[in-house]
Amino acid sequence: MRSNLEPSHESRSPLTLRLAAIAALLFLHLPVLIILLYAFTTDETTYSFPPPGLTVNWFGVAWGRNDFWNALFLSLRVAGVATAMAILLGTLAAAAVYRSKFFGREAISFLLVLPLALPGIVTGIALRSAMSLASVSFTFWTIVVGHATFCVVVVYNNVLARFRRMGLSQIEASMDLGANTFQTFRYVVLPHLATALLAGGMLAFALSFDEVIVTTFTAGQQMTLPIWIFSQLTRPRDRPVTNVVALIVIVITFVPILLANRLTQDREA
Amino acid sequence: MASQISTYLYLRPWLILILLLGPPLFWMGVVYLGSLAALLVNSFFTLDDFTGLVVRRLTLATYQDLFTRANMDIVMRTTAMAASVTVATAVLAFPLAYYMARFASARVKASLYLAVLLPLWSSYLVRVYAWKLILAKEGILSWFVAQVRLDWLLNWLLSLPAVGGPSLSVSKIGIFLVFVYVWLPYMILPVQAALERVPKSLLEASGDLGARPGQTFRNITLPLAFPGIVAGSIFTFSLTMGDFIVPTALGNSSYFIGQAVLSHQGTSGNIPLAAAITVIPMAIMVLYLIGAKKLGAFDAL
Repeated sequence: MRSNLEPSHESRSPLTLRLAAIAALLFLHLPVLIILLYAFTTDETTYSFPPPGLTVNWFGVAWGRNDFWNALFLSLRVAGVATAMAILLGTLAAAAVYRSKFFGREAISFLLVLPLALPGIVTGIALRSAMSLASVSFTFWTIVVGHATFCVVVVYNNVLARFRRMGLSQIEASMDLGANTFQTFRYVVLPHLATALLAGGMLAFALSFDEVIVTTFTAGQQMTLPIWIFSQLTRPRDRPVTNVVALIVIVITFVPILLANRLTQDREA
Repeated sequence: MASQISTYLYLRPWLILILLLGPPLFWMGVVYLGSLAALLVNSFFTLDDFTGLVVRRLTLATYQDLFTRANMDIVMRTTAMAASVTVATAVLAFPLAYYMARFASARVKASLYLAVLLPLWSSYLVRVYAWKLILAKEGILSWFVAQVRLDWLLNWLLSLPAVGGPSLSVSKIGIFLVFVYVWLPYMILPVQAALERVPKSLLEASGDLGARPGQTFRNITLPLAFPGIVAGSIFTFSLTMGDFIVPTALGNSSYFIGQAVLSHQGTSGNIPLAAAITVIPMAIMVLYLIGAKKLGAFDAL
């Protein structure tokens, strides 16, 4: 795919095109830098620019805040469990779609992508309606159920793409040489899937860690980190702490995405 | 033992299929589709005004409450915003996607790809928050505008009826800007993928037959890239329709659909009305998806 589509270098890109492309890139990335700056501002009550002074004090203040730690741990736990469930369900679905032809196979992909393609409030209020009908109260698990539902497709896509590149011949060879289903899975399939599972899992983790729309409907009074930030967005009480927390969230979500990108790049190259 | 089970399974491929497909199908079928069904059922219930409890009897009363002037205004406002955000992202995304598909070397393309993916996957909420800082009255944008002596332009924009406000961080213009910003990557990727698939031979043929570059672009490239734009618009449109974060963070008291749903299910506990309102964006999205399929968007995904 990559190698046979060499870009055409004979025509140089027009200047206006390059400028428009650069403008779009700057528009995508400059705003996040502002968070980096504001995490150090001495200004407590407004968002004034340029900042009147710079300090590292707010990191210490954020460190001492229990509400921050509780929200962070809740988000990490939710993302961890939701990712584990997404890896299990996504891999099973990908394996089924890859190895057999059955009625409604095309519908599986559609069903899995639906929670991401429909507006976020639809999934949120749908789960909320179901909880109301079944008289389920808000718990850790209601948040996890919502997150796992839209994370499955991420793992599924990554794993299915890897399966398709792998081909059946290696599995057949393993079986011909006398390995049973479980040995073949353990020694042939799993090593092949490892980086795809890791990459899909990391993307699912980043997606879940960051999610706020569905969570609003399934969390009740529980505070995940995004819900904490959202409450600060609407009623800013702790601006400096929010700035620091925003920076922390960027770091926590950027790392798995960069790693996932690296993991899938190596294989394709 | 393991090999016996293995042989048993090997001879019964349908059993393997059931074991593999069962759990995810149960999850998506029962938990997700079940919830969507619960949403529909709830929209036919109604809230008792005196007790504040949901009456579990099928009725159309909630749908009658739905078609009020105020609710229709909310739907119109949200749909108009979704449409303008979609057009703006398409215009902004095209040059970058075109550059990635046609001119970038493999190395540059890989880093551009990452530069688009990173904001797509990460810190949606934080990126909205960043704009709260940028658009604030005392923030960097006002500062910059003052430096280049364009205050009059900003003040004129803010004084416009419908779209203005006390500052950019409380205005329709602000909401629009932030929506365009957060959904832009969702438009770039499908457009780039569609442009990537335009056969080079067609472009050469067009040139050989005497078309100027502009004509080739209009008559060959653009029509072939259009399904990609439609594919991207599914995301930008759907995401805008269902968002309540951006209008809550940067808006005033005029609600968008997401905010209406949130407030009805929250303080008043009126889940039936919240569910009935949600049926509107669902219906709009279904129509949109049918239209997109006709335009060939699904082949471009």
